[in-house]
Amino acid sequence: MAKRLPKKDVVIIGLGWTGSIMANELTDEGLEVMAIERGPWRDSPTDFSPTYMQDELRYRIRHELFARPEQMTFTFRNKMDQTALPIRSWGAFMPPNGVGGGGVHWNGEMWRFLPSDFVLKTHLTQRYGTSFLPEDMTIQDWGITYDELEPFYDRFEYTCGTSGTAGNLRGQIMEGGNPFEGPRSRPYPTPAQPQPFSHTLFAKAARELGYKPFPQPSGNLSTAYTNPLGMKMGPCTYCGFCEWFGCANYSKASPQTTILPHLIRKDNFSARANSEVLRIEVDKTGKRATGVVFVDASGEEWEQPADLVILSAFSIFNVQLLLHSKIGKPYDPVANVGTVGRNYSHQTVSSVNGFFDPKKYNFNPFIGSGSIGMCVDEFNGDNFDHGPHGFVGGGYIGQVQTGARPIESTLVPPGTPSWGAEWKQTVKHYYLSTVKPGTGVHGGFYSYRDIYLDLDPTYKDRFGRSLMRITMDLKPNEIKQNKFLTDKFAEIIKTMGAEKIAPAYRTAPYDITTYQTTHINGGAVMGTDPNTSVVNRYLQSWDVSNLFVLGASAFPQNPGYNPTLTVGALAYWAADAIRTKYLQSPGRLVDG
Amino acid sequence: MHRRAVLAGAAYLIFRGSRAHATTILDHLPWTPNAGNPPDPVTLGPWVYFTSDEGRTIEALADQIIPPDPETPGGKDAGCAVYLDRQLAGPYGRQEGLYVRPPFMKGMKNQGHQSEKGPAQEYREFLAAFDKASKLQFGGKPFFELQTEDQHRFLKDIEGEKVKLDGVDGKAFFAQIVKDMQMGFFADPLYGGNRDMVAWKMIGFPGARYNYLDWVGRHNEKFPLPPVGLTGRAEWNTRAQR
Repeated sequence: MAKRLPKKDVVIIGLGWTGSIMANELTDEGLEVMAIERGPWRDSPTDFSPTYMQDELRYRIRHELFARPEQMTFTFRNKMDQTALPIRSWGAFMPPNGVGGGGVHWNGEMWRFLPSDFVLKTHLTQRYGTSFLPEDMTIQDWGITYDELEPFYDRFEYTCGTSGTAGNLRGQIMEGGNPFEGPRSRPYPTPAQPQPFSHTLFAKAARELGYKPFPQPSGNLSTAYTNPLGMKMGPCTYCGFCEWFGCANYSKASPQTTILPHLIRKDNFSARANSEVLRIEVDKTGKRATGVVFVDASGEEWEQPADLVILSAFSIFNVQLLLHSKIGKPYDPVANVGTVGRNYSHQTVSSVNGFFDPKKYNFNPFIGSGSIGMCVDEFNGDNFDHGPHGFVGGGYIGQVQTGARPIESTLVPPGTPSWGAEWKQTVKHYYLSTVKPGTGVHGGFYSYRDIYLDLDPTYKDRFGRSLMRITMDLKPNEIKQNKFLTDKFAEIIKTMGAEKIAPAYRTAPYDITTYQTTHINGGAVMGTDPNTSVVNRYLQSWDVSNLFVLGASAFPQNPGYNPTLTVGALAYWAADAIRTKYLQSPGRLVDG
Repeated sequence: MHRRAVLAGAAYLIFRGSRAHATTILDHLPWTPNAGNPPDPVTLGPWVYFTSDEGRTIEALADQIIPPDPETPGGKDAGCAVYLDRQLAGPYGRQEGLYVRPPFMKGMKNQGHQSEKGPAQEYREFLAAFDKASKLQFGGKPFFELQTEDQHRFLKDIEGEKVKLDGVDGKAFFAQIVKDMQMGFFADPLYGGNRDMVAWKMIGFPGARYNYLDWVGRHNEKFPLPPVGLTGRAEWNTRAQR
């Protein structure tokens, strides 16, 4: 029997980006807020040390900062008639754990989605007709527009100190930025980061081919910056240990560097680390959450009652907790009813490595930041006419090499033996002259009727709860998209002057063992219709009106960009709705 | 110990009775000075996991996968076998932190490794089957006693599935050994391989530095500084030769 703790106004499940944003906004409103975090408290001075953070084996290969599969994992299969097996060791994505969440060890890419991404279904059917879309594709509009979200994009960019070059300032296209982006109300808070050699070479080649390259917007800062909360950040030092690692320089935007030191000093905020929420409790009507039950580090169960519950764990964990809490109707792909678990998506990522003549090119590839890079956006979203190509969607492509950590960056051209004397000589020959873009082709992943999440019938977690089951495969639309983008990308790498190139297309079946990105989205999507969405346009649960579900679980499908800026902007948007609408009149903010 | 266990995600098992409450964090960031968690460098000495013959086999494999050349030592002298021995004796060998609940079913390759056995046990079984196959083919000789050309050919045959191993997928496991040896070669020297940063010197990686601010805009120029490891450089840690 769980011991009951004193009631709070708000309980927050998960203290990553969205939990920190929401906690800060609601404590500003004077509410008593308690955050419950499954993993440990981590901080720059103690956990991200400049004397030992540069450890590729410990942090990248052995995944030290991430969730452990023994704590929580998922089962996986490609198709509904297969048996799903547990993901025993992480591969295709890397779920976070602990205070700061993925904000600790992300790369810091700060992309806005395109205006057309938010009204995708309407936009595509108007331009190409309904029959152009694959029959089993279940894309939909978000229920929010770019213009509505713009102030909150701006807010999160200024929280993080984002370094970049504006491409569209209040409707005016700006030289050197991304000409395809939606209009922004202000320039970036800090100028774009300087670029290493191979990145500038990529931009030159892209311009020669007629594209408009621009620096990737970055949460690794080009200069010192003080954010609106008074948090001070330092310039990035291009150490090359960003993604998978914590930043020891206060240069990478994270909850630790931008929000938490401010938040923790407030009297009306408290947090519990190493405490895992088992379920959200609802009253007898099933329409009102009463709080959460969590288990602490000793295994003891506690009940934390609250008037308002914010579910702000990592995307896929949100969906799992909804299913374990029996909130909302689980999605059934056969009957095509229910919503929880529907429209799960990932990214369609591939790359092209380039091998250059070492006598002419020394890239010093170990110099990099997590979101350094020169990109082109001509082939993202609906920035180009898809009519002749027979697919929808796209992605940005770019030289976004974030460092050349030697275990993963000692490459050899195709045809070279993988071991022995020739392998060794070839590694030595090419290391300083290899272009290895991390996610060179960063394609979107649209949603489908038979790609979804539900509870596994066989495998259990350490508390005896069912693991969540991922049914996921690559569809012809995404495979065509990837072939098209990868070929365009290879052309630029070749134009740079590579003597050998190694394209690696993304093909079916979807593989759970090789890393793509940790952008696993959807499953608790936002929308205008309770029959096809879990939350309304303010991220409020249709079923339980005092529950808000934040994060990328709300994406109805995945555009061709990194999700974090939109995740943060949506958290500010939801917080604004709670502050200006919900608190005045608690209840459903939208009739459904 | 305490802190390490927290990081390993096993905190709920080992917190002492006095901490068996839902500890609340408020007013200040919950960190204390000098509470970092630096890595433990391996110590040289006898094998921790391997038997003596297993160790000799792995050293021979290390030199086949990463052969010595006039400029750079091979896998054996770079310490790759020591690296693997210490890894198998540690959390990696026991697949600590991974999901190891039953049932274990054979799946498709893209569903990932499904085995109750950790890498330590799998290496032991591979090495036994490998030794048996070598002795069968070479008149009772273990792999580490073969001529280097014979060793090379034998590995090629395993890779090409011309030689089958008893109860073990030789081709797949050899690919794993290649990966592990190369990982040890390029990891920080504190893990036992990449001794004296030979691998980093070979490729021109400057190691565990943290600041290239002055260098990000210097294009196509060779970075001049030698590598440094997490524990510094050998010459910082040993007495100057007299």
